[in-house]
Amino acid sequence: MKHFKSFLAFWYDFIIGDDWTVAFGVAVALAVTYAVARTNVSAWWIVPSAVAVLFPWSLWRAVRKS
Amino acid sequence: MNAGALFLAVFLACAVEAVEATTIVLAAGTARDWRSALIGVGAGLTVLAVVVAVLGPALTAIPLRDLRLFVGALLLVFGLQWLRKAVLRASGRKALHDEDRIFREQLAAARAADSKGVGVVADWYAFTLSFKGVVLEGLEVAFIVLTFGSNQHDVSLAAVAAVAAVVVVVAVGVVVRAPLARVPENTMKFVVGVMLISFGTFWGTEGAGAHWPGSDAALLVLVPAVAAFGLALAAVVKPRANTKTASGNRASTSRGAGTPV
Repeated sequence: MKHFKSFLAFWYDFIIGDDWTVAFGVAVALAVTYAVARTNVSAWWIVPSAVAVLFPWSLWRAVRKS
Repeated sequence: MNAGALFLAVFLACAVEAVEATTIVLAAGTARDWRSALIGVGAGLTVLAVVVAVLGPALTAIPLRDLRLFVGALLLVFGLQWLRKAVLRASGRKALHDEDRIFREQLAAARAADSKGVGVVADWYAFTLSFKGVVLEGLEVAFIVLTFGSNQHDVSLAAVAAVAAVVVVVAVGVVVRAPLARVPENTMKFVVGVMLISFGTFWGTEGAGAHWPGSDAALLVLVPAVAAFGLALAAVVKPRANTKTASGNRASTSRGAGTPV
């Protein structure tokens, strides 16, 4: 069990890292893009807009923590 | 993405990780036992080769659109974390990666540890230190090679770029027999972070079913736009001269996501 937890912790740290909100935000942005792309509305701008919000947000959280 | 851009992106990312792995191996070899450290390197490279050999063909079998969605998401998460740390370092809010200090710390820890041999490995500590350094740093290299390579249907070119980066870094490390402290590591990390975010945005969006205006040419706008955004944010978060913020005292110990340490 201990090794399994360590294994999961390693992959969480490797993929999600120290700010889970970034991974969550990216997943939401891609899901919204997927949904909008199925309509007649253009959807290419959604992920860049999410990056424009997520990056300063994550930076601000890191600065505040430090 | 042309072959040159693929090569450059993989080469830079792999060079960054190779610098860190070389520092660890140099410490293990210098303080303990070179033979055991090099066996550790060989074992680590073997594990990585197996990972690439198994996952490489599996990734190329996935439909391109699904692959781009999955890889785009991961690259975006990785890229945002790489760039955040590079910006924090560039602005002085996080200590620059100091290979000299890391080398001294590893050296001291290695010298203080007990010596024990197992089989052909005369010094288990040197072996383990090298092995872990190569595998942990190399896993990120393998990930970048596989994701960039499989998306461009050219895993072999990505692998060549990775090997070239490792060979160059190791050759310099062997010649100077010292940690590669003068490599502009943060600049390289900034460039890699920009590349990961740009390609992650491009592939993730396409994988989700949207279409870029101008198709591949959109990357010519995305890459400079992300770079400019990163530079602007570095300037914005830079502490003012009259505040008490000191770059050297702000080092975070947290490590994440294929993120640079």
